[in-house]
Amino acid sequence: MTETVSPIVNYLSALPEICLVIGAMALLMLGAFRGNQTADLICWLSIGLLLFAATLVVVMPATGKVAFDGAFIMDRFAQFMKVLTLLGSAVVIFMSFEFMRSARLQKFEYPILIILATTGMLMMISANDLIALYLGLELQSLALYVIAAFRTDSVRSSEAGLKYFVLGALSSGMLLYGCSLIYGFTGTTGFSGIAAAATPSVHNLGLIFGLVFFMAGLAFKISAVPFHMWTPDVYEGAPTPVTAFFATAPKIAAMAMFLRAVHVAFPDITHQWQQIVVFISIGSMVLGAFAAIGQNDIKRLMAYSSIGHMGFALVGLASGDQAGVQAVIVYLTIYLVMNVGVFACILSMRRSDGMVEEIDELAGLSRNSPIMAFLLAMLMFSLAGIPPLAGFFAKFYVFLAAINAGLYVLAVIGVLSSVVGAYYYLRIIKIMYFDEPAEKFEPMPGALQGVLAVSGVLVIFFFTYPAPLVAAANIAAKSLF
Amino acid sequence: MLIADAFFYLFATTCVAAGFMVISARNPVHAVLFLILAFVNAAGLFILLGAEFLALILVVVYVGAVAVLFLFVVMMLDVDFAELRAGFLDYLPIGALIGLILLVELILVFGSWVITPEISAHITTPTPPIDKVSNIEALGLILYTKYIYFFEAAGVILLIAMIGAIVLTLHHKEGIKRQSIVTQVGRTRDEAIEVRHVEPGQGL
Repeated sequence: MTETVSPIVNYLSALPEICLVIGAMALLMLGAFRGNQTADLICWLSIGLLLFAATLVVVMPATGKVAFDGAFIMDRFAQFMKVLTLLGSAVVIFMSFEFMRSARLQKFEYPILIILATTGMLMMISANDLIALYLGLELQSLALYVIAAFRTDSVRSSEAGLKYFVLGALSSGMLLYGCSLIYGFTGTTGFSGIAAAATPSVHNLGLIFGLVFFMAGLAFKISAVPFHMWTPDVYEGAPTPVTAFFATAPKIAAMAMFLRAVHVAFPDITHQWQQIVVFISIGSMVLGAFAAIGQNDIKRLMAYSSIGHMGFALVGLASGDQAGVQAVIVYLTIYLVMNVGVFACILSMRRSDGMVEEIDELAGLSRNSPIMAFLLAMLMFSLAGIPPLAGFFAKFYVFLAAINAGLYVLAVIGVLSSVVGAYYYLRIIKIMYFDEPAEKFEPMPGALQGVLAVSGVLVIFFFTYPAPLVAAANIAAKSLF
Repeated sequence: MLIADAFFYLFATTCVAAGFMVISARNPVHAVLFLILAFVNAAGLFILLGAEFLALILVVVYVGAVAVLFLFVVMMLDVDFAELRAGFLDYLPIGALIGLILLVELILVFGSWVITPEISAHITTPTPPIDKVSNIEALGLILYTKYIYFFEAAGVILLIAMIGAIVLTLHHKEGIKRQSIVTQVGRTRDEAIEVRHVEPGQGL
């Protein structure tokens, strides 16, 4: 038994989560009594609530103390990842207004479900216990299943939700099976207890068996190969702002959970999980590079792109040391910024008769709206990893970590698949700049303009002053070791 | 001890027999009723084991809610169960195989305790021993203290499930006449009643 912590300390450390849940319930009441005409107001209040929670996370002391009997931990790593997730969610709601208005999807439940999903993500990031991890994961996933199927008049959206739900339930089953084996062979669900029991001297086949299933469940959530099958269909079918959400915040939270779970619960058997991470990392990078080539739908393309990017982030995880974790954190931050910008562009691919999603519709964008085309081109260059843009540094740090850890083959395969992946990013730029112009898009809404501008500027000028991000990532990574 | 044994065999045989009737009864309503019988007997077995909380939960949740829900579904949906069960015998070998696998697994689980007794040392027993507090009390002592975080998180998950079910299935149809108490009560005599003078023998 750990020393008893007074309840108030427990609740204080989970204050952002508590605020989010209470705020979500209050907004739910507002929506339930005032109806859907308050949808816009509730969206704005939700953004405010998420930013408020982010402020709380920043000002709260991140001492690395555990609360709730070891189930919940608030350290520098959690602090950094939580701020990233909260900002990602807030930006996605901010980008949704125009789409929801034109698709007549203005339901007040949408921002509330995003808040609740974000709460789940914060719980995942802070989880220091298998039960806490699972509950956070389900909280997040359940809300995501619902918003994937949010467009009830569209068969594809319903299909996306159903597919995500069925496969997600399957992956939860695998995760739980792994958790039960880990619990059975270590006698505890707490990460510190598992770490104490999982030592290399004890040859514990059952524990490793459980670890494999556990990691399979986690790999599903970050859509790493071979558990990626749901990603393209769900990304394509879900309403575009929801796709933008899927590609950003949940990925970051799931990766943070993955990092903490393997580094805190299994620090002494690194060589056991390293093989698995290397395998899924290579699979994701290669599949992300090759499968995206034939895509014509930009949302599907972004799905394969996100699979590939998760593979690159896993390269950092595979190195299994502090530099690797730091590289993953930098990667995820830059990934978030780039993806938000790209989805701002996708959300403004609108003609008078509705949204378009074909890549060919971008033809000649450079003549119709040169600034948008330029920023999108920069984002694409950055996603491809071309210096001196931010995406290059993201890849640079993970490959550096892998090489320092002696994973030369992994780094070489990563660089090669990054070259292959560059083809389809460059193809979009070629279509925008060299093809015959297609019909003009509707003018870009102000919110999307703002998001795209901020994202573009950050990506272009990151190289001038990367120190704050790298230093913050370093402090965050240090708290895991 | 003898009485407890007698009750065990009573509950166990009835439970197995009821379980068999669930899959063999021709009438689906009868099958659900046998299912309820099986649940109640299983609850009796739990009481014999000293797990009275589990027994009560089984009766309240499974008999009181789940089985009644089944009954509703069986009665509302027009499913031809006789047709569904047509290939029952064809699947018997596979069913027997699965049953056999389960049996082997059970033997392995219990066998491992016999072969390596040190595994049971891993099993943590944080709850007070059963002869000091009842298990309802033991659960209550930790559910809202040690496990409050999990408990509340589970509650939020259920809230999302509820919101999700409503969001995805509730469609407000236009043009449906609904009762509005406010308009009903707010009606005045002038709007509701029209006084016509009817000439004798004329009609309206």
